[in-house]
This record gives sequence, structure tokens and C-alpha cells, in this order.
Amino acid sequence: MAAAVHLMKTPAELALAETFAAAADRLPGTPDIAAGRAAAFAQFSARGLPHRRVEAWRYTDLRTLMRDAAPLAAPPDAAAKARAGGKGALFAAVAARRLYVVNGAFVPGLSDLSPEPGLAILSMAAALAQGDPLVAGHLGQVVPSDDAVLALNTALMGDGVVIHVAKGTALARPIHIVHVADLAAPAALFVRSLLVAEEEASVSLIETHEGPADIAYQVNGALEIVAGDGARVSRVKVTAEGSAAQHLASLSARVGAEAAFSEAGFVLGGALVRNQLAIRLDGADTVAHVCGASLLSGRQHADTTLVMEHAAPRCESREAFRAVLDGAARDVFQGRIAVRQAAQKTDARMMSRALLLSDTAEANAKPELEIFADDVQCGHGCTAGALDANQKFYLMARGIPATEAEALLIEAFVGEVVDQIEDETVRDALMGAIRAFLLARR
Amino acid sequence: MAAVQETIEQVRLIDVDQYKYGFETLVDTEKAPKGLSEDIIRFISAKKNEPDWMLQWRLDAYARWLTMQAPDWARVAYPPIDYQDLYYYAAPKKGGNGPKSLDEVDPEILKTYEKLGIPLREQEILAGVERPEGEPRKIAVDAVFDSVSVATTFKEELKAAGVIFMPISEALHEHPNLVKKYLGTVVPTTDNYFATLNSAVFSDGSFVYIPKGVRCPMELSTYFRINEKNTGQFERTLIIADEGSYVSYLEGCTAPMRDENQLHAAVVELVAMDDAEIKYSTVQNWYPGDAEGKGGIYNFVTKRGDCRGRNSKISWTQVETGSAITWKYPSCILRGDNSSGEFYSIAISNGRQQVDSGTKMIHLGKNTSSRIISKGISAGRSQNTYRGLVSAHRKATGARNFTNCDSLLIGDECGAHTVPYIETRNPLAQFEHEATTSKISEDMLFYAMQRGLSQEEAVALVVNGFVRDVLQQLPMEFAVEAQKLISISLEGSVG
Repeated sequence: MAAAVHLMKTPAELALAETFAAAADRLPGTPDIAAGRAAAFAQFSARGLPHRRVEAWRYTDLRTLMRDAAPLAAPPDAAAKARAGGKGALFAAVAARRLYVVNGAFVPGLSDLSPEPGLAILSMAAALAQGDPLVAGHLGQVVPSDDAVLALNTALMGDGVVIHVAKGTALARPIHIVHVADLAAPAALFVRSLLVAEEEASVSLIETHEGPADIAYQVNGALEIVAGDGARVSRVKVTAEGSAAQHLASLSARVGAEAAFSEAGFVLGGALVRNQLAIRLDGADTVAHVCGASLLSGRQHADTTLVMEHAAPRCESREAFRAVLDGAARDVFQGRIAVRQAAQKTDARMMSRALLLSDTAEANAKPELEIFADDVQCGHGCTAGALDANQKFYLMARGIPATEAEALLIEAFVGEVVDQIEDETVRDALMGAIRAFLLARR
Repeated sequence: MAAVQETIEQVRLIDVDQYKYGFETLVDTEKAPKGLSEDIIRFISAKKNEPDWMLQWRLDAYARWLTMQAPDWARVAYPPIDYQDLYYYAAPKKGGNGPKSLDEVDPEILKTYEKLGIPLREQEILAGVERPEGEPRKIAVDAVFDSVSVATTFKEELKAAGVIFMPISEALHEHPNLVKKYLGTVVPTTDNYFATLNSAVFSDGSFVYIPKGVRCPMELSTYFRINEKNTGQFERTLIIADEGSYVSYLEGCTAPMRDENQLHAAVVELVAMDDAEIKYSTVQNWYPGDAEGKGGIYNFVTKRGDCRGRNSKISWTQVETGSAITWKYPSCILRGDNSSGEFYSIAISNGRQQVDSGTKMIHLGKNTSSRIISKGISAGRSQNTYRGLVSAHRKATGARNFTNCDSLLIGDECGAHTVPYIETRNPLAQFEHEATTSKISEDMLFYAMQRGLSQEEAVALVVNGFVRDVLQQLPMEFAVEAQKLISISLEGSVG
């Protein structure tokens, strides 16, 4: 039924309104940015937190899940910065340029800012305050959206990283943004980052998110990526937040012609995680690969919502998602392939699979096709179920104990998406994280 | 190759006027005053001479409806409907207490059904079907004309088998306990906007009860015809298959060509007890509006089957070619252990038609299984959406679903969309879903045309192959009809 019924403001919504009123004056930005913040908050405020009547949030009722809103996090002190230096260890073996964002603030002192031709790195807070033309030209415009959570980020964004890769530049090393929450009490982090890869540029981005267990901190992150014609851009994101954390993240990416774009997201930690991905293939002949896996246990809730928009002819996209669910975990996968009328000769395939390991786990999937062009090949597949008893029997018949057999099968199940990542050291690090999850199960 | 030949023949024979059921029957009708109010509901109830509880049921539904809002989640767009600008009751005028036999039915109406190829005389069989060797296959027909049932055939023969097949308004008098026991138990009056509206103002429809262990001796069918201007048709069908029984039920619909949109908001409830099976087939061919989208029926229908007993089975088959807007999700509640549900659908849209259709398979019992095969074809400037839900609840151990949705696009101005919802709360439920969207490949067309078929014939051939899985599920009589319909619906979409 329609949801035009006027809803009472929840405590979280009231707290957010207070936070915004109190912070609006000291949040970084030129008058234009401040006006944008006010407009974004008004947009959020008009409809409030998304709830199950909002189709895109059908399975993640934020109105009920987000009981209150924590105050904005204070900038990190020296001790917090020092502790953050050792984070991001999952990808220690990857020779990457590491940038640190601690409690939502970019920390240049910790970060590797050694110069490299064609690469510019800036703090988002500084860019907002200076009215940086790159940020002004792209912020909020990469893939226009009316999502409430993204609007909230636009209203309250504090800091983040701005990366610019010049035309034709191929970065020597991947960039690893290490997001660390170092908090003793619940706080809210609003992080906004921008990556612009000009024509023919090549960049590989890794993001990790970590934080303390048992503290109900709230992360609202947004990343915008602009990939020019012929660019090669990849991102790997690992969400390993603390056990009580809420993590809401929005990726907006616009990809030009003859480019290659890949995105891989892994959810390992956090009480409530939502990764919403809006990817628009704007130029012809581009190839995009999007994959992800959620490994959940306890009462974790993870939501991956993807819109892959084919707006130009002859693009190819592949989407592959896996969920492994133990305990009373809930996984949500919503994936939409949207093909605009101009996008003739589109070739898109999406596959999502969920593995339920316990009686109380729950998997919800909504793979959608929205097609307005006739000369296309599009498909999606979706499965949900338990481990195949025959496969398990086969392994056990060969002397492998039951838990070991299960672990092998799960590893293979998730491995199918990990295999799509190009960088071998990244792949190995991820497989290590998957094995750790499986060990914890025993 | 016979079926293919048939299609080609049909494509060749198509009139300029594609919707051949668009004529109007001129009969005197008796209508309720325009608009919707408690008085109108009392008027309808009084017309049917209904018991008090039924009137109260309607009024409760109406009170509820006033608090509801029309759903807006479907991918269809239409201007707001003025519910006060409709007639909620229209019936052909008749003397006395209605026709006792076919001879008393207005000859104009008989002619209408003759034109539509619907056999109301028991010695006839459905037009277009060759008589098989020996006994002709019998089909019992309940013909609903606007708001009332005008004739029901083979009543006596069915009675001998113990089968009750009659208009629901009659059933309310003859079998009030049965109606009271089951009405609204599958689709409650509070279910959704259109179902609630229907509960308040429904006028007629079929009631079927198959007693324990009986295999219904013939196909049952209802033929719906909207004739009057500015009327809405709100029929209510209730089918109960008691333990171990079987019934196959067919439904067909047509309407005259008119410039204004007409509303059709029906409710169908099926109840299958232990070991019972219901097969429900629909060939929906309401007037779809003209090429510019003017006129046509708004088909907002709630259909749901309840597999209440163990080992019960409900199978929905639908061929949807008509209606300006279709909003319809025939569903199965798989409550009994080992029960199974099936949904086979062909939805074809052309011109400016909008289709948002699909199914819900709700697995509650153990070892329940369901299968969904949906074929959508969009042509012209139409939008065709499959929307389906498959869910397994905590106790649905061993639930099994297979879903396959294919969409075919003909022309570059149409849209095809697939929106499945898959919800699993049991690890031993196994769900598989696959969907594809493509166009008729140039290679296939070239191959067929190179062998001497025209482009239109080649398209018909490919489409026929595309929908074959579903057509095979239809009872033979309807399969022939449906195949013709498909080729007619796609007329003009190529070249």
C-alpha cells in the first residue's frame, strides 16, 4: 500500500536534525557547499529514514534498525592516530600506498603522500573549504540519486580523500585507504571521498573499514568515482567493522567509453552493513565487473543493493555475489540491471547465490532486470539453499571430517567471486580472511 | 509442425481490425445509479436478495476500503480513477426471476456468445476445436455478462456427480454454509485496495465445490464479458476442491472497444484440501485500447490459491494478451505438507499496453514445491514486467522452487522488466531463479526467411517456440485459442 501516511519523527531522526542544526556552521565548505548541505538535509528530512515501504530499502528497515543517532565523532587525538598506524593489516602483503582516515578524518601525517607524477591527493575537508573545482564539479553529480542515506552524507560529510589521477597515468601501486574507527563511545562518522581517473588513467583502490567491537558507532560513507574514457579503475572494499557498528555506504560511479571498471565488496564485520552501489556505464564498449561476498554470523544484517545502469551501447557487465550465512544472520541482495534505450547490444549477466548454514539464517534476494532496449542479452540467476549434501558426502567418504568438508565447500563457494579479482596478493589476503571466518565457525 | 502451421494461417487471416471481440451488444440493461456509497452496496445486496451477514461483510469491506490507498508500487502508470464515475451494477433486463432455461435468455446475448465462440447450448462444443473420435469433450460454461451470470450449462450432469457449479449469487442461497465457510478465507476483505473494493461491490462470479474423492467429469469454465459503458466488473470466483478431488477450470474474458477505460477488479479464491488438485487456466483478452493507448480495460485482479491440505496441488496457467493495464499476481499459499504450486504464464503486450504480472509462491509447509515459468513478450511501445515472490518460512523444510522468466523484446520502443523477490528463512529450502531478456535473433529470422517465410511468419514461428512450454500446460481447447490470440496480439509489431 502507498506510504503517503505521515510518519512521526523517530528519536534517530530528531537527533540527526539536532546534530545538523548544531554542526551546520562548523562543517567544512564554501557557501555553495553549505547551501548544498542544507538542501540535502531538507531532502532527507522530508521523508525521514528509509523504511520497508521504500522499495529500495524493503529488506533493511532503517527506521527500525537505526534506533538513535550518535553524535558526530570528535577529531582523533594523537594516541588514536598512533594506534591507527597498525591497521589495514589484512592487506599488509600488498605493496600499496596507504592513506589513513581515522574517525572520519583524513590523517596526512600517517599517510604515504610521497609524490608520484599524475597523482594528486587532497583531504576532502580542505577541498570543501577551498571550493576545490574538482570537488565542486563532481560532488553529488556523478550519479544523481535521491537516496536518503546519501543525502544525509551530503549534509553532514566531514572529511575523506580526494584523489585525482591525470590523463594517461598508470599508478605504480594500488592506493589503500585504511578507515579506522577508534572510539570509546558511540559516535557517527560521515566520510565522503572522490576519485577522478581521467582518460586512459589506471588506478586500483583498496578500502578497509575497521573499528572497536561492542561500541555502537555509525559510519555513513560515500565514494564517488569518475572514470574517463579508456580508464581502468578497480576497487576492492572490505567492511570489517566492529560487532555493534552500523555501516552505510554509497558508491556512485560513472564510467566512460572503452573503459574497464571493477568493484569487489566483502562484508566480514558490522552489526548492520549496507553497501549501495550505483554504477552508470556512460560510454560505449566498456566492460564492468562487479562482485561481492558477505560472510555473516550471529545477528549480523548485510545488504548489498546494486544498480548497474547501461546507458551506452555495446557495454558488457558481469555481476556475481555470494552470501554465507550462519547463526541468525540476514543477507539482502538487491541487484538491478537497467538498460536504457540507447544501450543496444548490451551484454549483462548477474548471478547471486546464498548459502544458509543454520536454521535461523535468512536470505533475501531481488535481482531485477529493467530493459528498454531491444537488442540485448541480459540474464540473471539466483539460488538459495544449504550446502549440497552429496558434495559433502563425497569429501567425507574420502576421510575428510565434516567441518573440514564444509569449510572446503564454503571456501570454493566464495572463492568463485574472489577469483575475479586481478591482483593476486589481494586475492590471497581475502582468501585468508575467508579461512579465518571458517575457523571461527568451528 | 501442425501448431506452427496453425499460427502462420492465423497471421495470414488477420483482419485489419485486430481486436475481433470489440463489438457491442445492444440489450436493455438495468443499472445501479452511478457512484459508490453504502446505498449502492445495499442496492447490489438487495438485488441479489442476500442474507444479512453478506451485506454486513460488504459494508465492513467498504468501510475498510475508504481508509485505504491505491497501491503505487507496480510499474504501471494511469490517471487516478474516479470511483464515483462508475456504475457498479449493470445487468441485462429480464422479466420475473431470471431465465429458467436458455430459451428465456435475450437472443441478443445468445448471439453475443455465439459470436465469441462460446457454447451455451449443451450440444455444442467450443468453436475451433475439432471433435475428437467418439464422445465430444464437454465443457460446462458459466457466462457472466456485466454484473450477472446469464447462463450456466451442464448443471444437471454436474449435479449427478455431486459437483456444485453455479453463479456465486445463487450459491449464497442454495449453499450458504459452504460460501460462508470459505469466502474471504484466502483473500481476506482487508487484503489489498482492489480486493477490498471487490469485497464491497462484487456482483457475480462462479462458485465451484468438488466433493471428496470426485474427479470433475468435465472442464468447467466461466466466460466474462463486459458490455455496458462506464461499468466496472467485479466478479468473485470461489473454487473449493475437497479431499482427493480434481477440477480443471477455464476462464475467458472480452470487452467491446471503447474510448474510455473500464475497471475490472476481480477476486479469485481457490482452496485445495488434502490430495486435491485444481488447475486454473485463464485466457485474458480484454480490450487493450487502441494503438495510441486510448481506452481499454484496467485489469486489477487478485487471484490466490490456498493449498490447505497435504499433497494438494494448485496450478495457474495464464495467457495475458488483452487489457490496457494488467495488475495481477495469481499466487499459491503452500500450507499443506508436500503441496505444490505451479504458475505458467505468457504475457504479451503491444501498442501502449502495460503489464505488471507475476506470482507469489509462499512456502509454509514441509517439502512443498513450486515451479514458475513466465514468458513475457513486449512489442510496440508497451511495458511488460514480471514481478514474483518466492518465500520459504522457518518451517518450510525441504521447500523447492524453480523459476524461469524469459522476456522477448520486439521493437526498440518497448520495455521488459523482471523483478523477482526471493526470501529464504530455511536452510533446507532450495530456490533457483533464472531470467533472461533478449530479442529475436537476426540469425533465427534469417534462417526462417531464407526458407521462404515472410518476416511476420518467421516472427510467429519464433514466438511460438518461445511460449511453447506454457502453451503445453493449457487444456487442449484453450491451447488452440491461445495460440491464435498470440499471433493476433503481435500483429503489426514487425516491420
